[in-house]
Amino acid sequence: MVRPWPALLLLMLSAALLFATSDGAWLAKVPPDDHKKTNPYQSQPDAIAAGRNIFEEHCSKCHGQNAEGVKKRPSLRSARIQQQATEGDLHWLLVNGSMKKGMPPWAKLPDPQLWQLITYLKSLHEQ
Amino acid sequence: MRLIAFLSITFLVAALPAAAQERPYFVTYSHEMEEPGNLDIEIFNVVGKPPEGNRFLGSNIEFEYGVKTWWTSEFYLDGQSTANDSTIFTGFRWENRFRPLLREHWINPVLYVEFENTGADKALREVVGHDGAADFAEPNGEARREKEHEMELKLILGSNYHGWNISENVIATKNLSNEPWEFGYAWGISRPLKLAASAHKCVFCPERFQAGLEMYGGLGDRYSFGLNQTSQYVGPTVNWSAPGNMTLSFSPQFGLNDYSIPRLYRFGIAYEIEQFLGIFQGKGN
Repeated sequence: MVRPWPALLLLMLSAALLFATSDGAWLAKVPPDDHKKTNPYQSQPDAIAAGRNIFEEHCSKCHGQNAEGVKKRPSLRSARIQQQATEGDLHWLLVNGSMKKGMPPWAKLPDPQLWQLITYLKSLHEQ
Repeated sequence: MRLIAFLSITFLVAALPAAAQERPYFVTYSHEMEEPGNLDIEIFNVVGKPPEGNRFLGSNIEFEYGVKTWWTSEFYLDGQSTANDSTIFTGFRWENRFRPLLREHWINPVLYVEFENTGADKALREVVGHDGAADFAEPNGEARREKEHEMELKLILGSNYHGWNISENVIATKNLSNEPWEFGYAWGISRPLKLAASAHKCVFCPERFQAGLEMYGGLGDRYSFGLNQTSQYVGPTVNWSAPGNMTLSFSPQFGLNDYSIPRLYRFGIAYEIEQFLGIFQGKGN
């Protein structure tokens, strides 16, 4: 006789894990020092304009022209990006990527450009 | 007429968005992988003249595809043209690069595996063993009789620090016929001319240019490891991320000993197609 409980438990655990990883689980991985990092360009209009150019060049193909998300690629206007994540969290995500989820690391862009990009992304909640 | 054509192309290119962000190396690999779904088409050329041979142009066209964030696959077609001799197709290569660590570290390793089937190749995409200027002086008819079926392994190490990229490659090559393992190395260092991006869209802003230095050479083989009778090259290198997803690269390189070709001039053009398979799925996104 097959006992259904272990299989059911495993299924529920897998579902919970899948949900966790697809729902911004990367946020929990950000080290405290990175979480606290501050953006040297915060809210600067020139940085927003430069960040928009960087976004159009490198990010819009996957995340959409207006960062609204394309197919399975997430929207960057979500509450997770705009409210939950600090600028330090976003910097950590850009440097390391989320390679299992298909997001490549962008450490090839110099740090000032990553912060300009973050300045633009954070400005989206005002638009 | 040429000026009009040049200006037309310049304005056409200036109207397109840009995305490519390649390192300016010709031989050295950095740890950065192709973004998943993107196809990079690259043409690299090298012009040189061995002291006792004819001037040559070695070329290859590469198709580089990002399979996963941690896996890039690349297919090359090689050819060469030698003055007072002939123009020939020299073979193909297929390489795969794997990034085992899924986060950015101080030093990021990438494993590289390549199968190569070439003969009379003059593209000089790596220098190993006792490769030297004399190999490039052989007439094509003779050189292409010696087919190289090679397996090549590389350990690629790369770091990004304050805008600088530092990349080191250790190369081991085995001709699948009965020949010993041969070794080589390459390293490069580069940096964009400006780290922050401009607020306005521009074509010739300094952040679109990267400059650096590249050095590479052979390290002998299993029975005679070292620098003795090996060729060594060094040179400055620069690239420009042009609008329209294009990158143009140039590097004059200099042989450091009599075993090397005195001067090499390398130039390349790369064109990136973002989300290549998406093109066939209707909307491109």
